[in-house]
Parts: sequence; structure tokens; C-alpha cells
Amino acid sequence: MLEKALTGSKRYYGWMAALLAVISVGFVCYLWQFRFGLGITGMSRDVSWGFYIAQFTFLVGVAASAVMVVLPYYLHDYKAFGRITILGEFLAVASVTMCILFIFVDLGQPIRVMNVLLHPTPNSILFWDMIVLNGYLLLNIVISWKVLEAERNNVAPPKWLKPFIYISIPWAVSIHTVTAYLYCGLPGRGFWLTAILAPRFLSSAFAAGPALLILLCMIVRKFTKFDPGKEQIQSLAKVVAYAITVNVFFFLCEVFVVFYSKIPDHMDHLIYLFVGLHGHGVLVPWMWASMILMVVSIILLVNPVTRKNETVLVAACITVFVSTWIDKGLGMISGGFVPNPLHHVNEYVPTVPEILISIAVWAIGFLVLTVLYKIGVTVKEEIAGLA
Amino acid sequence: MKSSRRKFLKIAGVSALGLGAKPVLDVLAASGEHEETSKPEIMKGKDALIAKRWAMVVDTRKIESEEDLKPMIEACHKIHNVPEFENKNHEIKWIWLEEFKHEFPTQEHEFVDERVKHLPFLTLCNHCQNPACVRVCPTKATFKREDGIVLMDFHRCIGCRFCMAACPYGSRSFNFRDPRPFIKETNPEFPTRTKGVVEKCNFCAERLAVGRMPACVEASNGVLTFGDLDDPESEVRKLLKANYAIRRKPALGAGPSVFYII
Repeated sequence: MLEKALTGSKRYYGWMAALLAVISVGFVCYLWQFRFGLGITGMSRDVSWGFYIAQFTFLVGVAASAVMVVLPYYLHDYKAFGRITILGEFLAVASVTMCILFIFVDLGQPIRVMNVLLHPTPNSILFWDMIVLNGYLLLNIVISWKVLEAERNNVAPPKWLKPFIYISIPWAVSIHTVTAYLYCGLPGRGFWLTAILAPRFLSSAFAAGPALLILLCMIVRKFTKFDPGKEQIQSLAKVVAYAITVNVFFFLCEVFVVFYSKIPDHMDHLIYLFVGLHGHGVLVPWMWASMILMVVSIILLVNPVTRKNETVLVAACITVFVSTWIDKGLGMISGGFVPNPLHHVNEYVPTVPEILISIAVWAIGFLVLTVLYKIGVTVKEEIAGLA
Repeated sequence: MKSSRRKFLKIAGVSALGLGAKPVLDVLAASGEHEETSKPEIMKGKDALIAKRWAMVVDTRKIESEEDLKPMIEACHKIHNVPEFENKNHEIKWIWLEEFKHEFPTQEHEFVDERVKHLPFLTLCNHCQNPACVRVCPTKATFKREDGIVLMDFHRCIGCRFCMAACPYGSRSFNFRDPRPFIKETNPEFPTRTKGVVEKCNFCAERLAVGRMPACVEASNGVLTFGDLDDPESEVRKLLKANYAIRRKPALGAGPSVFYII
């Protein structure tokens, strides 16, 4: 089926060329980073993880959200989602690919990455994250490919695939849980030291991922002859509506515990993010924007009148995606490092090469996604006799 | 003897990579001929200082100003090839000074007496009993020896910086760029580092291996005392018995091995 990615319209080639151009700019920046070291980024002794790890964290969520189409279809026999499971799984493949790349570009000694396998260390959560992420990637590649192939040949998917599909459901939850455990088990970081971190990660994931999937479905509908379906999009929209609501609720739970207990180690980070600390507050407008956008999106998505209006729905999905991205892709990681364990405030701002490398990784993700969607959609068009 | 390098590091510390390792090497070569079923036993160097759990006591009563402490920092950074950067983001430090409110943020209050309030406190790796950095390291590049010293294998570290996020004391530094051009005078007896790896205080494991006290202790004029916390007769134990000492962030349960007499 791969050959379907090789032929396409001028627009398809143009889009791919644009992505490759963005990737090559980032690649040059990465070569510079490879030579010089991570000193070309904005990271420091105090904020030792930055934009890369934040993007990784956000994208693990997007990857995990494939379960929101897989679960209703396979466990509850919700037939409508059968049409778009492949889109969800392909999105997961592209997202995990980006996650792995973001971890890789963040390493100080990337050529030693295999040390993680040479010296396996089960007490390190990073070891488990490697296992669940790679496992999830493999599961999604195998499942989506086999299902699409069966669909193309008009036969039922092979029986041996079923157990893998069922395993992929809790596995999706595991990737974001383990990713949260990277942070929430660290003794000296009050911002992350909360049992609700994994649930928060999952709720924002199940909002951001399906929101992106809705947008992708709309794009597929606009540019191809395959229609993912109105019902499918509306069902996804309900998932987004409740996930983003739960996400805000979880955040408020966190705010209550932190500010009612008044424990400084826990308060300082939220104060830094939302008000500023000791005159430092580079993220303050971002964090408020994120919160306001989340509330706006709840209003637009829970209300059936606005949700059913697809123009409004697009706006709401963009709102959800942007707000959750700010929350996790900007605030979540550097917020945990400021103030530092000695209560010094040293802020972090990503540098231009760091951002260009990050954009390139996103572009690689979109390249993978485009290839996979091209294949998937072409097969779907053929089945429907449209191509 | 495949794991000998690893074992070797555990015993001889980073000195294995430099000089002063010959006695240990000789012992290794000799012990390699024993039956294969038993674990290879590595003996200490004949002059090595040994302990069950190394610890340090800082007697802050003997400190008057920063000038009393600077020689200790200089001694450490000089023998360990610690570079000096202009850019604060790239800063590397093994031992440095902090005010009370930063050293003991959970014990700070507005009525702390004037002496303590303005006193510079020596800050270094605590060589914890339950080191979070060791727990999170995905390659065992940072590890705790039998004598309690937490060490780094600079050649195994992949630079993921998980240990830096885990350390509740901010004791770790990362080589954001090649440090070698920024080392004033390279000490050939200790390895320099490459870019992309984490480093920190090693309680002078390479000096203990050849019978010498840590460099900061030697330069401290009695401010620092170093010894075996497991030995009731050791100097550190005697000091702790006679004086009330505090540790940083005790509530976290990390179990620091550095004590401060206030």
C-alpha cells in the first residue's frame, strides 16, 4: 500500500516539499547543536529541561488519545468510529515518532542512547517510558496496517490481531501515565509532586488529541473524496467537551490543595506561572490565555447549539489545542523548575535554534502523518469506488 | 572479569581513569585467577581510606566570611578541572556558597539571627542515603558505592538530565558545551569532561582511594570534618554527639550525609 504515498496531486507534492524545507532548516540547527552541545538552547543549570521535553510531554498525550476512537469501536461496538479508527491510529504513530525524536534531540550525548538498552535500569521511569512508547508505536503500526489491508481486500482483519487491539487500549493510558510518573515521583519538585498529575495529563490529552483529530477529519473531508462523517466528528466533539471540562476541574483541584494547604514549595510554582515571582513572570500572559481559552472552549463545546455548528466547532477545537499546548508545551515543564530547589528564580526562554529544531520535529511528524493519511484515505476512496 | 571496569569504578572512584590506580589494578590482576564461580573480589589500595558511610560535618561557627570558604571551593574546582563560564546558564559548580534562606528554604523565617542570616553556607552534593538521582538514572551512570559516595560515570552518561530534575538540592551541573577551553589549568590527574554529560561533587573518591582527605576538607582549616558515620569513634560522630547539627530538607527522606552545625 506504501506506493500510494508516492503519487499525488501537485498540492500534495507542494505540501511535502514545504515540510521537507522546514525539516532541513531544523536539521542544520540540530547539526549545530550536535557540534556545540545543548548550550545553543535556552536551558540552564536551573531549568535543565525545556521546550523539547515539553513538546514530548504534550505529544505523548496526542498519541494516547487514539484510544478515544479505538475504545468505543472495539469495546462498545460503536460502529461509526470504525470509519476513523485508522485516522486515530495513524495520528498516534506520527505523534509517538515525534515523542521519540524530541527525547533524542534533548540528549546531551545522543550517540550513547543505546546505553539505555545496554544497561537496562528498571528503577528508572525513563526506562519504562522507552518501553511503553516503543511498544505503543509498534502496536499502532501493526494494528492500523493490518486493519487497513483487510479493509482494502474486503476481508475481516486477521484473528490474531484482536488481542493486540485490546492490549493497545490500556497501553495508550500507560504511555501518558508513565510520562507523568517521570515528573510526579521527584521529591524536590513541588509543582509536579501531586498524585493528580497523571490524571491531569490524561484529561488534557483526551481533549487535545481528539480536537486535533476533528481538525484533521475536516481537512481530509475538504481535500479528498473521503468523508470521515458528521456523526463521527460530533461524537469526537463530545469527547473533547468532557475531557477539557475534566481537565479544568482537575486543575482546580490542584489549585485548591496547593493554596488551601499553603505549603510554599507547592505554591511558588503556580504563583510564578500565574502572577510572577520576585519580578519574574515571562509565562504569566500565556498561562492566563490558556485558562481563558479552556473556559471558552468548554462553553462552545458543551453547548449543543455551538458544538453542532461545524464552523464554531473548528474554532473550539483550535482553542482546545492551543490552550492545552500552552498548558503542557510551555508551562508544565519550565514551571516545575522555577523557582529552583534552592528557591532561586532563573527563568527559561527557548532560543531561536531550539525553536527551529522543535518545529522541524513537528514537521517530521506531519510528514509521517501526511504519508500515512495519504495511504489510508486513498485506500478508503478506492473501496468506495471514488478514486 | 567483564564487569571489572564497573566494579573498579565503584572501589577506586574516578581515579581509575587517571593516575593513582596502579595498586588497585595490580590487585585486580592478581585476584582474576581465582575460581570463576565466586564473584571477583576487588581489594582496596593499601593506603586507601575506607568507611561504611562517608559523611561531612560543616562547623559554621568557625566561619566568619566568604574568605574563609573560598580556598575550599578553589581547591576543589582546581583539582577537578571545573571550568569557568561567563554565561550563567552554562555554569558548572561542585561546591559553592548560598545564604541560609536558600540553603535551608524550609527552615527560613524572618527572625533568623543576624549571624546565620548573612553567613555563607557551603553547598555541595549531599551523597544521600536514598539518592533520587541514582533512582532515576536510566543507565546507572550515576550510582551509590558501598561506602555511601554517589558517583558519576562520565563515559556512560547519556545526558538526559533526569538526575538534575530529581536532585532536591540542585547539586548537579550539566556540560552545555565543551568545558575544556574554559579550564584555567588542567590537572592531568583527574579526567576532564566532554560536552553533554552531568557532573557533581564526588567526595574526592579519587583522593580517598590513595589515602588522602577530600581537597575541601584539607583546605578548610578545621571548618570541615570528614569521616565514617558508621564508626562511633570517628571525628564526625564525636562532633555530631556533642553538637546539634541540621541537614538540608530532612522531610524529603533523602538522608543527606552532609551536616551543618549552626
